[in-house]
Amino acid sequence: MARPARRSRRGLKFVPSLTVLVMLGPVAAGLAGTLAPALGWMPATGALDLSGAPFAQLFGWAGFWDAVRLSLVSGVGATVLSLAIVVAICAAWQGTRTFRAIERLLSPLLSVPHAAAAFGLAFLLAPSGWIVRAVTPELTGWSRPPDVLIVQDPWGLALMLGLVVKEVPFLMLMTIAALGQAQTGRSLLVGRALGYGREKAWLVTVFPRLYAQIRLPVYVVLAYSMSVVDVALILGPNTPPTLAVQVVRWMADPDLAMRLQAAAGAIVQLGLVLGALAAWRVGEIAVGRLGCRWAQGGGRARSLSAIRGLAVLPGVLAAALLILGLAGLALWSMAGHWSFPHVLPDGLTWLSWERHGHAVLSVSGETALIGAVAVLIALVLTIGCLEAEYRYDLRMGAASMWVLYLPLLVPQIAFLPGLQALMLAGGLDAGRGAVIAAHVVFVLPYVFLSLGDPFRAWDRRMGTIAAALGARPDRVLWRVRLPMLLAPVLTAAAVGFAVSVGQYLPTLLVGGGRVPTLTTEAVALASGGDRRAIGVYALVQTAAALLPFALALALPRLIWANRRGLSHA
Amino acid sequence: MKRLLAFALSLPLAAAAQTDPADWEAVTTAAEGQTVYWHAWGGSTTTNAFIEWVGERVWEEYGVTLEHVKIASTADAVSRVLAEKTAGRDEGGAVDLIWINGANFAAMKDADLLFGPFAEQLPNWQYVDVEGKSVQEDFTVPTEGLEAPWAMAQVVFMHDTADLAEPLADMEALAAWAVENPGRFTFPQPPDFLGSTFLKQALVDLADDPALYAPVEGADYEAVTAPLWAFLEELTPNLWREGRAYPQTGPRQLQLIADDEIDLAISFSPGEASTAIANFQLPDTVRTFVLEGGTIGNASFVAIPYNANAAEGAMVVANFLMSPEAQARGLDPQHLGYGTVLDMDALSAEDRALFDAIDLGIATLTPAELGTALPEPHPSWMTRIEADWVERYGVAQ
Repeated sequence: MARPARRSRRGLKFVPSLTVLVMLGPVAAGLAGTLAPALGWMPATGALDLSGAPFAQLFGWAGFWDAVRLSLVSGVGATVLSLAIVVAICAAWQGTRTFRAIERLLSPLLSVPHAAAAFGLAFLLAPSGWIVRAVTPELTGWSRPPDVLIVQDPWGLALMLGLVVKEVPFLMLMTIAALGQAQTGRSLLVGRALGYGREKAWLVTVFPRLYAQIRLPVYVVLAYSMSVVDVALILGPNTPPTLAVQVVRWMADPDLAMRLQAAAGAIVQLGLVLGALAAWRVGEIAVGRLGCRWAQGGGRARSLSAIRGLAVLPGVLAAALLILGLAGLALWSMAGHWSFPHVLPDGLTWLSWERHGHAVLSVSGETALIGAVAVLIALVLTIGCLEAEYRYDLRMGAASMWVLYLPLLVPQIAFLPGLQALMLAGGLDAGRGAVIAAHVVFVLPYVFLSLGDPFRAWDRRMGTIAAALGARPDRVLWRVRLPMLLAPVLTAAAVGFAVSVGQYLPTLLVGGGRVPTLTTEAVALASGGDRRAIGVYALVQTAAALLPFALALALPRLIWANRRGLSHA
Repeated sequence: MKRLLAFALSLPLAAAAQTDPADWEAVTTAAEGQTVYWHAWGGSTTTNAFIEWVGERVWEEYGVTLEHVKIASTADAVSRVLAEKTAGRDEGGAVDLIWINGANFAAMKDADLLFGPFAEQLPNWQYVDVEGKSVQEDFTVPTEGLEAPWAMAQVVFMHDTADLAEPLADMEALAAWAVENPGRFTFPQPPDFLGSTFLKQALVDLADDPALYAPVEGADYEAVTAPLWAFLEELTPNLWREGRAYPQTGPRQLQLIADDEIDLAISFSPGEASTAIANFQLPDTVRTFVLEGGTIGNASFVAIPYNANAAEGAMVVANFLMSPEAQARGLDPQHLGYGTVLDMDALSAEDRALFDAIDLGIATLTPAELGTALPEPHPSWMTRIEADWVERYGVAQ
């Protein structure tokens, strides 16, 4: 009887190391592949001199400081705004019917791919966009769109807005997954009993515990917002662009020597992200202190309730922009000629769907297969790690955590050529298997991120009770823990799938271009700016990512319809 | 002599690894059953459809399977070949054929990343217009048979006649018109290929200096380019968004015209406007014109990486692209609207009839109206001007 248990013990103990290894190889190769050219070493182009010249060139580029400023401002700004919106909604509305409505809205919002959201937003906000068309010429008297810089503004406001619109749903989802573990109801009850307004009660008692659980997602949002390329290309300024976009431009320069400068830029980008994370950490501590003082002050802050309606407004606005943007793209996918200032196209036609439908169908299957396998691998590794952590009191060291999240912190364009070289050297390239392996590198951190905190926050006493009832560890995992954590597990799978669907550069570079997915096709088309084609792909991409989210929300309710306590875990 | 030596040196490698391009029968035999991965820009619906048709035809005729790898930028394909070279994969590479442009061609040629020479040994080369079109030089860099031409491009300007009725005679007229109509013109942001082409076109039109056709190192760069900078100094504040933002690619300009944000845009494809009108992407009031002093033109090429897995299949595709059948379809704005690389006089009467039957579309100029294409300046000028433009306008908000 003891033997199988011991075998499983050994097997599981191995998983954290295996996971770190799965990540460490690619990350090490990716980083080496970035650092070497940044220092002047790139044999394939004949560059063999180790020197600081690429960095000197980078700092000498006239747009350098503007690009750095843009990356910092739009990245940090988008993160602060997104977090503030999520906190405002939760503080004011958690537990209400409005909140459940927001929850239901979330998955469609999360499923819109970043680039599609950006295109939709651009069409809404541009001077020739839908909003202006709706009131032109009746209210404005304009016969032509005004020549004003709204999208691609030099302060990066449109870019920030685009990021907020996409990051709020992500953070909201992470928050909802964490809320289930935070015993918010009782805390709020105590707070209200002591006479606190609901907002302050939430902020003082729930938020600190909640934030500890969503800290890593916040970091990921920060790193992502600072180094995003596709959204910045569409909505961000370009004279100069953000540093990440400029790195991509240099990578694409026909002069192969520019890749050295690009690599140096990528290293600086990495430094910027790490610096911003450190600054954010300092900010956390400062806010924590201020929060303590506020709590100890004892003010009941009941007047905060007055702005309850206001608290939900930014969130609703963000959602409305996203939905309208997608609706605009949907209409474009069926539009005949559609000129300014017409609110609707002159005619509708299925031409674009007929033209692209065939290709869309064939790549959809490929996309789904790659995503499903990558997510499955990531789930097995993540649950294995977390369960090993729990059973043997292992703590994932800080170093291992960083290894896990490095792929999300290093700008992809700089990290991938190194990864690609490693896979080529290992003979694993140009095929579905290689693409899945590369996707795991990016899917795994998100799955870990989504699942880690809810998994750890699980009440250990449940395990003790189960053990007291005679269940061995495996049985506890399968019959108690995973069922209780069904919602977070499915959510993590959906997030992972959406991440996989959205991968462009890894699919293209590692797959040798031979594994077309919805995203590789969509990005290629987007480079041509044909709104009709973009509309078709954006809709299908959204649908592909939407299905798993819908399942993640619906399945726990269906499966646990007869166990009320579990249905909202 | 030097070229001969280089050729001799490259021979053993080519012969050992792949079939001799001159032995067409051996090439087609080896090609049968191969799958060719053609890395080509996937941003245009019409181009994608054309490539799909090419795939159907080479399958029927040669048993070659063509897979279009749709990339957003040629650099993605170059990156792949570079990574393979770094990893020591000198055979069985992932890229078989690349739709390449001058600057990337020069870089790959320089780094010995190309297979060949092959282009001039292909059977359909006999129809190519070697005299009248720049098919043996890519931005003045000799192709030496390392790439095969498949379409001709020439600068034209698309104008919405609802707002700008008459063609503009030259760049000075364009600047004057922009003063009257601020915010109604823009060009793709250099170093985008088409944006850089606009700068070159302006330079050639404003200062047709023979020094432009030799490397910039030997010339008085400041003096030759002075008229260009003076022109841009005047033009930029009158551009769309006062030059504080630019569209990122050529096709984005089409959307700007359709949105009535601009009235005038540059194109490198004489038939693009007609095709876009048929596609609902442009209003049917759009027409095209060339400048009175002529506009620059060049050819689009395909090249085969040195480590291509299906070099023979790639040659079959390159050869088919130069066939009268493919060229006639490419010229047809219903399908693609690109210029042909073929010499009409070299064709049989039957083949010529294919071309005569094409309706060029309402916005396409006839070959006579297009006039003779001007040659491209030496690429070193483009690199220098791009860098200068970025310094002056590209990072100064």
